[in-house]
Amino acid sequence: MAISRARRNRMAELGAHIILLAFAVIALFPVLLILINSLKTKKAIFRQPLEFPTSETLDLVGYTTVLQQGNFPLYFWNSLFVTGASLFFILLFGAMAAFALSEYKFRGNRLLGLYMALGIMIPIRLGTVGILRLMVTTDLVNTHWALILVYTAQGLPLAIFILSEFMSTVSSDLKSAGRIDGLSEYSIFFRLVLPLVRPAMATVAVFSMIPVWNDLWFPLILAPAEHTKTLTLGAQVFVGQFTNNWNAILAAMALAIIRCLFFTRSSRASSFGA
Amino acid sequence: MVSERKKKPFRWHVLVFLAPAVIVYTMIMILPLAETLRFSFFQRDTTTQVVSFVGFENYIKLFFDPYWVEPFLNSLWNNCYFFMIHMLVQNPIGILIAALLSMVHLPGKKLYRTAIFMPTLLSFVVVGFVWKLMLSPLWGVSKGLMKSVGLGSWYLPFLGKEETALTTLSLISVWQFIGIPMMLIYAALLSIPDEVIEAAECDGVTGISQFFKIKLVLILPTIGIISILTFVGNFNAFDLIYTTQGPLAGPNFSTDLLGTILYRTFYGQQLQPGDPNMGAAIATVMFFIILTGVAIYLFFIQRKLTRYEM
Repeated sequence: MAISRARRNRMAELGAHIILLAFAVIALFPVLLILINSLKTKKAIFRQPLEFPTSETLDLVGYTTVLQQGNFPLYFWNSLFVTGASLFFILLFGAMAAFALSEYKFRGNRLLGLYMALGIMIPIRLGTVGILRLMVTTDLVNTHWALILVYTAQGLPLAIFILSEFMSTVSSDLKSAGRIDGLSEYSIFFRLVLPLVRPAMATVAVFSMIPVWNDLWFPLILAPAEHTKTLTLGAQVFVGQFTNNWNAILAAMALAIIRCLFFTRSSRASSFGA
Repeated sequence: MVSERKKKPFRWHVLVFLAPAVIVYTMIMILPLAETLRFSFFQRDTTTQVVSFVGFENYIKLFFDPYWVEPFLNSLWNNCYFFMIHMLVQNPIGILIAALLSMVHLPGKKLYRTAIFMPTLLSFVVVGFVWKLMLSPLWGVSKGLMKSVGLGSWYLPFLGKEETALTTLSLISVWQFIGIPMMLIYAALLSIPDEVIEAAECDGVTGISQFFKIKLVLILPTIGIISILTFVGNFNAFDLIYTTQGPLAGPNFSTDLLGTILYRTFYGQQLQPGDPNMGAAIATVMFFIILTGVAIYLFFIQRKLTRYEM
């Protein structure tokens, strides 16, 4: 009985491995295909798309084209600045509001919580017409701040929702002890509570970062100028211009993928560090 | 308690903590949404260029003028189809992968998890173009692959044919986002306490029947949340279509979604100039579609889901 059960378990495990492996291959195959072919000559890309580059077919012309033609370092900096600043404001403002909502009892507390949660369900894109008008009147079109403001507003509802759940688990004895010691409410927040919810902050940071970094809609509408183009929009425009230069397209894609892998690693490191 | 509250001075710090978030959120999100709603009741006169209040005229045009209603209904139907494919393919497969990952002793599960989650982190531009290249008859990768497994005669330029383009795009989107249901359900499965599973095993409920009779029931609330996230995401989709098929959502508008029709109406296209007021009307209709979906979920579905204390 015991033996047959163990064998059945092993069979089940093998089956699980086969299915999971199949899905992992499906997930990774397109990515690998791009990485491999970005290193090959144009002829090899078409003749043997599935083979690894050999010494004969190795060719880095795609990468040199991308680095020469595109304004990618600038786009990268733009993306980095917009994403970084948006994350900073989402986390700071979100944590402050979450603390107020979970810590203090005041009239309209629940109602305000619901009001802020509305934004989780309603995509901010539907307000694009209004946002564009607002940015035009405040003269913020084609600036980084237009994007940062929009992304901050977009990220706040979820951040507040997640963080207030965590804030309410922070022991009230600790906060009371702080108050008895004469700490102000600001120090209680910044020095006692904030360090304790760092893991939750890291989660919120990862969740908020992906849509901001990858967004195409708002850069396209609010900041399409050359000096404010984000990497996502820059890559889109670049690929549109170089439709027939396969080396360049594949290299641009490969660079974007490598950047993504780097991001995953750093985000994981940050959540471990917390 | 009451007298104490009266004596308390106004707590400025509460206001300071709340103000930045509330102000940014209200200014950038809520007011523009309201502004969009208001804007949809106005229209620019084609000859005098004066913007004036026209009541429900934009909506009447959108719902009854064949010039508008046909593309609109087409994109609405496409969007429902897009959502259906996600519900039928993405979420069941996500549950399957999560269930396999949660098997007790499975070495290497972290690797599988990372690999399957990877496409979620890629930007739409990459996803769109990678698949466009792979499916392109010019490159022939997909044709070669299908030939090697004996399906060569089934090959079509999937993104270029009206009949297959939308299904292909839906599946690409599933490929991209499968990691999200997988991660959420995996976390939910891990949070089922061991006692419940042990009790089930004592009663002789194991393996697949244990999964369907016990675990699946316990994670239903998570599946509900995933469904509503999928719904909101799908009815707001734009990027994937824009990067693979362009703003015209070709071939012949067969992949047109509400997001792309909104973009085209707002910004115009080759044949027609941009019309922000009409765009606002479409955005408002989308707003109400999403609101209705969320309300149906909250009031009819979520209430019926029993949450078990675990």
